[in-house]
Amino acid sequence: MKKWQCVVCGWIYDEAEGWPEDGIEPGTKWEDIPDDWVCPDCGVGKEDFEMIEIG
Amino acid sequence: MSEQAPIVIVGTGLSGFSLAKEIRKQDREMPILMITADDGFSYSKPMLSTGFTKGKEADELAQATAAAMVEQLNIELRTHTTVTGIDSAAHQLLIGDERLEYSKLVLAWGADVIRLDIAGDAHEHVYSINDLMDYRAFRQALAGKRRVAIMGAGLIGCEFANDLRNGGYEVDVIAPSDTVMPGLLPKPAADAVVAALTDEGVGFHLETVVEQLDRAGDGVRLSLANGETLETDLVISAVGLRPRTELAAAAGLETARGIVVNRALETSAEDVYALGDCAEVDGHVLLYVLPLMACSRALAKSLLGTRTEVAYGTMPVMVKTPCCPTAVCPPPVNAEGDWQVEQNGRNVRALFRDAEGTLLGFAVTGDYAMEKQALAKEVPPIHG
Repeated sequence: MKKWQCVVCGWIYDEAEGWPEDGIEPGTKWEDIPDDWVCPDCGVGKEDFEMIEIG
Repeated sequence: MSEQAPIVIVGTGLSGFSLAKEIRKQDREMPILMITADDGFSYSKPMLSTGFTKGKEADELAQATAAAMVEQLNIELRTHTTVTGIDSAAHQLLIGDERLEYSKLVLAWGADVIRLDIAGDAHEHVYSINDLMDYRAFRQALAGKRRVAIMGAGLIGCEFANDLRNGGYEVDVIAPSDTVMPGLLPKPAADAVVAALTDEGVGFHLETVVEQLDRAGDGVRLSLANGETLETDLVISAVGLRPRTELAAAAGLETARGIVVNRALETSAEDVYALGDCAEVDGHVLLYVLPLMACSRALAKSLLGTRTEVAYGTMPVMVKTPCCPTAVCPPPVNAEGDWQVEQNGRNVRALFRDAEGTLLGFAVTGDYAMEKQALAKEVPPIHG
């Protein structure tokens, strides 16, 4: 499971936890998140996230 | 112009570094020289409103030093260097007596804070925060202090008010408007933010202005136009930003509210581009993150040989007031329509629709802020 961080606001997407608020189930891999999904905190798109660590 | 002249990017804020990153995604070798008047730390300006909430010092909000960015992006970077002119006919940038050749020049030098001319002798206690170095100086000055007064109730004033309260400081906000974020939020949504911040302990002094700032011991006494006086330790001036245009205008580039560029980010001078807070893109001056990220992606493609126009989608703005989460997508200027407001305490859903019922803008606070993504998808893009 990996974590990805928004380069703009620092919000972290943890694949293990998913983001149920937007219907993304725990365990959802980054590449399986829809391309039009955006950062819940600041609204930038997937392309503005960077992988921060491999757990 | 020599074949080896680099792409020169002036400014290492979010715009400048985003552009360099986008170029490097496609081309590792193209020579890039970045120039900045500050220390070249990479940081995201919106995070400066979150230091206390996240429990971070100024430098912990930074993402990388200048040296790390040079390594990561394979660029040349000159810090503490102030550009003094542009000779676009010669494809040269002026730094004092030095002339520096560019193949393409990108102006990403941001905006200046507006400073008010206020009577009194306490101006050394007044801070404007528009970059990491400003923020670092403010945090140093704040050590051992407990009271902060903020002039201005715009987005930045509100975000700092919330963040400083989260840090345990006594906060007063003074502004001439009758609510917060006028021009950005419709009044019911703005009033929800005022109510939530008031509950957090922020003292609001609206519909008045600071007339005088006097030293009072180690602190400052503020005399307001409504007759009130306030004692505080430090003052933040957050009364707005103005795109930096002077140097561009002096070089003969077309300027208006910002440096005028078309959707390909081209200024009126050949091979000179502008990006971010200094740019007026196709008539839009949007000092927010989403537009500049869209612009830097388009411009990277253009600089690598494929002329590309930016297409602005909807541009919702998230206001970082955790006590009252707020998102807003202002309707276009001159749009015809009406606000329809639903309100349940601090939870406000304000929708701007035209006569046909098309959603052209929205503002949502509190629990309704969660609806921002769904609403943003409904609003037609700026460049349809």
